[in-house]
Amino acid sequence: MSIKEKQNSQISQDFSKISEFKPKSEKEISEFVKFCYSKNIPIEVEGSGSKSKIGRNFQSEKKLNLSNYAGIIKYEPEELYIKVKSGTTINEINQALDKNGQQLAFEPQSFGYLFTGVNNLGTIGGVISTNFSGSRRFKVGSARDHVLGIKVVNGRGEIVKSGGTVVKNVTGYDLSKIITGSFGTLAVISEISLKVLPKPPSIKTLIIHNAQLKKSLEYLAISLSSSSDVSGGVFYPEYFRNQFSLNDLTNKGPITAIRVEGATSSIEKRLENLRKEIGLLDDEFNYLDDEQSKIFWKFTQNLKAFEKSDKNLIKVVIPPSKALKTINNLKKLFTRYFIDWGGNLIWMEIGKLNSEILREIVEVIDNVGGYYIIVKLDDGLKAGIDVFKINSIKYKISQNLKNSFDPKRILNPGKMYSGI
Amino acid sequence: MTQLQMPKVDNQALEKRELYVSELQKILIKKENVLSHSDEIKPYETDALTAYRQMPMIVVLPETVEQVSSILKFCNQNKIKVVPRGAGTGLSGGSLPLKDCVLMSMSKFNKIIEVDYENRCVKAQPCVTNLSITHAVQDKGFYYAPDPSSQMACSIGGNVAENSGGVHSLKYGATTNNILGIEVVLMDGTIVSFGGKTMDSEGYDFMGLMTGSEGLLGVITEVTVKILKKPETVKTALIGFSSIDDAGNSVSQIISGGCIPAGMEIMDKALTKATDDHVKAGYPTDAEAMMIVEFDGTESEVNEYMEIVKSICQKNNSSSFKTSESEEDRKRFWAGRKAAFPACGVLAPDYLCMDGSIPRSKLSEVLKEINRLSKKYNLPVANAFHAGDGNLHPLIMFDANDEESLRKTEEFGAEILKYCVKVGGALTGEHGVGIEKRELMCEAFNDVDIQQQLKIKLSLDPYSLLNPGKVYPILRKCAEEGRVHVHQGKTKFPDIPRF
Repeated sequence: MSIKEKQNSQISQDFSKISEFKPKSEKEISEFVKFCYSKNIPIEVEGSGSKSKIGRNFQSEKKLNLSNYAGIIKYEPEELYIKVKSGTTINEINQALDKNGQQLAFEPQSFGYLFTGVNNLGTIGGVISTNFSGSRRFKVGSARDHVLGIKVVNGRGEIVKSGGTVVKNVTGYDLSKIITGSFGTLAVISEISLKVLPKPPSIKTLIIHNAQLKKSLEYLAISLSSSSDVSGGVFYPEYFRNQFSLNDLTNKGPITAIRVEGATSSIEKRLENLRKEIGLLDDEFNYLDDEQSKIFWKFTQNLKAFEKSDKNLIKVVIPPSKALKTINNLKKLFTRYFIDWGGNLIWMEIGKLNSEILREIVEVIDNVGGYYIIVKLDDGLKAGIDVFKINSIKYKISQNLKNSFDPKRILNPGKMYSGI
Repeated sequence: MTQLQMPKVDNQALEKRELYVSELQKILIKKENVLSHSDEIKPYETDALTAYRQMPMIVVLPETVEQVSSILKFCNQNKIKVVPRGAGTGLSGGSLPLKDCVLMSMSKFNKIIEVDYENRCVKAQPCVTNLSITHAVQDKGFYYAPDPSSQMACSIGGNVAENSGGVHSLKYGATTNNILGIEVVLMDGTIVSFGGKTMDSEGYDFMGLMTGSEGLLGVITEVTVKILKKPETVKTALIGFSSIDDAGNSVSQIISGGCIPAGMEIMDKALTKATDDHVKAGYPTDAEAMMIVEFDGTESEVNEYMEIVKSICQKNNSSSFKTSESEEDRKRFWAGRKAAFPACGVLAPDYLCMDGSIPRSKLSEVLKEINRLSKKYNLPVANAFHAGDGNLHPLIMFDANDEESLRKTEEFGAEILKYCVKVGGALTGEHGVGIEKRELMCEAFNDVDIQQQLKIKLSLDPYSLLNPGKVYPILRKCAEEGRVHVHQGKTKFPDIPRF
């Protein structure tokens, strides 16, 4: 061991009696992980815990809670980026961005209504670790597309950085991509630089009444292939209609909603074009204005449709042309569902779930070239069910990758896959 | 050109060359797909970073993914180095051969496999050119967004390997934001797909990791890209400024004012004049800086944004403002910008093109520094920027026949890149590290950062056989190395506009 390496491995604090550690600095994160690395202690990494129920159950001895490692490090509106500590809440970030008319365009999703009945967007670290993104996905990309740079502490306790704060950067491997969506299994995120974008000056939503699933999917396909530049497309079956308390949503039947955002002058024109392309009659649609649109799309972003659901919830992502087939083939298995991402995503609520039923679901999803993540799963079922799907080839290389970041498997071991 | 150290040559491999040729012929079946005669392999000795040349040991031209897999497996078992190559238009030497390598040219993978309008994507083999994807879907009004300037020649597989950008990446992102799936063969011969026709994928984002990994992690054998509907209207403005500061300030104010143009470019006086002489684009040649701004969308939206831009520029003392009235106008406005590199060839016998990335607000500061360095080294420089996303391409002019001038140029270039990093930018915005910026990596990363990256490399390629000697420094020293070097206008692809 070189002198430098020796210095790096020195640990000034004794963490042996601490079961939950809340670091206040990057150095503390690093020291804690180094300590656990030297003693082979598995750690559960957590932000505010709003999404901690997503993923497999696993054994850990200590918890690393990042909620005190919070705050905006630098925000430069004209450079379109914000650099934050990983424990910073989305609310704090949103407030800062709001003052400058900017936003995180990928609409971080809240799982608060789903798990506790109270909205909770959690921390940026959690959002990046899980890579869940809202309705604008097909237009602006997901969380992973908005990470410009990242600093992490790997499983050896080393601080590693990648990327930076500029939009164009192809220097070295893009670690921010591989860390995003890795559920804390590769490294502990300490700092994130995010791309931010101006908020659109106005929003309007085209609501199509009473189009059944097949028709609705056709409308969504037309919208996403049009030059009207839509930024959201959802389908809610009729049973969700009474959950919307908006004045303009009093009709009966399923709801198809298409969002258009941008310069005020262009919105009317784009909506008119869209209406013509779809071929809607005057009594088949109406519009939600700016305020009502915001309420409507927040409802979707925060999965309010499944507020306090006592059932399991699966995120199913498919090529949009296969949405109808997927739903028809799984009809007998789910209780409720809705479609987001303009037909690319189905949120499915399933009452009864066991490995046999999951096998049936997986077969349908595999057949159409899709994938799933079980977002909510009854605790009793977690041991026997794969929350994430993986094949043997990807398992092997995922294991190798994990080993390159976290050779002793101490960071969220088994949270995504058994043995990783 | 400065000597660049490459991985140690495996003389034993060279001795077994004939044996390898016959083994590879067995794998490829067609004998003509294994090249070993010096006349046959000569065309592969360099990519578009022509200052560096090296003949490979053997060139293979696989036709199927199974053949790619078998070749890699064979090379892995025999510890033979492999250098993958697409169209060979890369500007950082990413596909420069090694003396003891098997150069894998993907040129036979040149077909579009599927056009899927329903799912708005195209599945293509890696050596399909970037532009031909757009050509395949433009009849129905679609296009593929990333538009590197070499798009008529560069391959989509190469775009993935380099994470290529283009003038429109400000609004539409780079390659990594525009692909849905890739099929890759790893060094041990494993064939694996990441993503598909879905958005994001389950598990680790290997597609994101592979994108921009410069051929070090796997050989790309298939790419599924997202296609977009063409916007209704596209309009471009040419704006003259009496100082670079004013132009730079306008860029920051346009962005922070809530407008995200599809593209926003700046050229300095030297380049504006040179390009206008070259293509007669109607540029304001008396201006100290010229800006090109493009918006796309509905007509009313584009007009609304143009008005905002006009008023911002006027506040910043713009000396002229001209918008395109027709598609011909628009093409003419861009023609000059796209001819920026060839136009430089007129100004001096040789030039080096740099590719730094900086925060937008540092534009004028960095330009001043470049001008200071230009005086210090007594070498003229012309500047082109993707100003909207802070990506600058200074072109240093020199005479390669004068060794001292060459040495000074390389030093000058390295100083610019170091300054980019110092002000919070990056060594490379879109051309990649390759061999060109390899020795500067320690300006951007410390040892721990680089070690973590190397560990990832080893997790997928344990013997480090795939494209070794690229991206990561062999020696732990930061030396100044060469950049895109064009001699007497003789690049590998002199006709391709570069920007």
